[in-house]
Amino acid sequence: MRIGVVTFPGSLDDVDARRAVRFAGAEPVALWHGDHDLQGVDAVVLPGGFSYGDYLRCGAISRFAPVMTEVVDAATKGMPVLGICNGFQILCESHLLPGALIRNDHRKFVCRDQLLRIENNKTSWTNEYDEGAEVTIVLKNGEGGYVADESTLDMLEGEGRVVARYLGDNPNGSLRAIAGITNDRGNVVGLMPHPEHAVEDLTGPGTDGLAFFTSAIKALANA
Amino acid sequence: MARVVVDVMLKPEILDPQGKAVHGALPRLGFEGITNVRQGKRFELEVEGEITEDRLVEIRKIAETLLSNPVIEDFAVHVPGPHL
Repeated sequence: MRIGVVTFPGSLDDVDARRAVRFAGAEPVALWHGDHDLQGVDAVVLPGGFSYGDYLRCGAISRFAPVMTEVVDAATKGMPVLGICNGFQILCESHLLPGALIRNDHRKFVCRDQLLRIENNKTSWTNEYDEGAEVTIVLKNGEGGYVADESTLDMLEGEGRVVARYLGDNPNGSLRAIAGITNDRGNVVGLMPHPEHAVEDLTGPGTDGLAFFTSAIKALANA
Repeated sequence: MARVVVDVMLKPEILDPQGKAVHGALPRLGFEGITNVRQGKRFELEVEGEITEDRLVEIRKIAETLLSNPVIEDFAVHVPGPHL
């Protein structure tokens, strides 16, 4: 099983994401933003960071990176794609997911261990969690406020497409405390918290994030 | 060289934390009576040759595709002043 991680100029968490893929038991493959090539991978992670310096809007320029042509094409054909933080912003800018992410309502960068509830455990990236599981995963963002119009929010809730929700205080002003969402097919997931930073006790708040990556492996094995 | 201006603003219903921060600074500086501030972006595009209707159509496409995110932002295209 080969899972690609795209490096954009300004990506920060690509190496951690590749490491998480390895911990989960798959082969990580480094992908480059400037290549029209997914190197035959089975799934793709768009990692966190500040691609293109967050110029214009977070993810706005990355969306048009050469590799994104292939990522969007593969995603629409059903390939598992996970966007973490900046990757989530890129997925929204690419219209693979609805809504957008804006500056935190309190205007401060947030960095903390965040309690989440996994509300959809049917996606390619969450099938190894129990439905309603409460997990602790690192959250670190300046522009993590999820927004969409009321009808889109109702549609996401009604179709069970809210993948994860913040528990406790809303850390960034996300509407309806949404931390992550999926597309209608369940193969594309965008998540503001960072599961790749929660894959071992030594370097994170625990191992609650690992199941995002083992889920993809399971989804691919069952495909 | 002709110039076209594209203004991009967050939609009215979208929270603007930056505008709020600017607004919050005004009383501290002694400026009273400003009831709200919203922050946007202005793009100045220099274009070759005359500004034609086709060119403006193209610039609206640029504004819609790249300069703004229609989910959260509105844009307006202007041709400033007399252009030669």
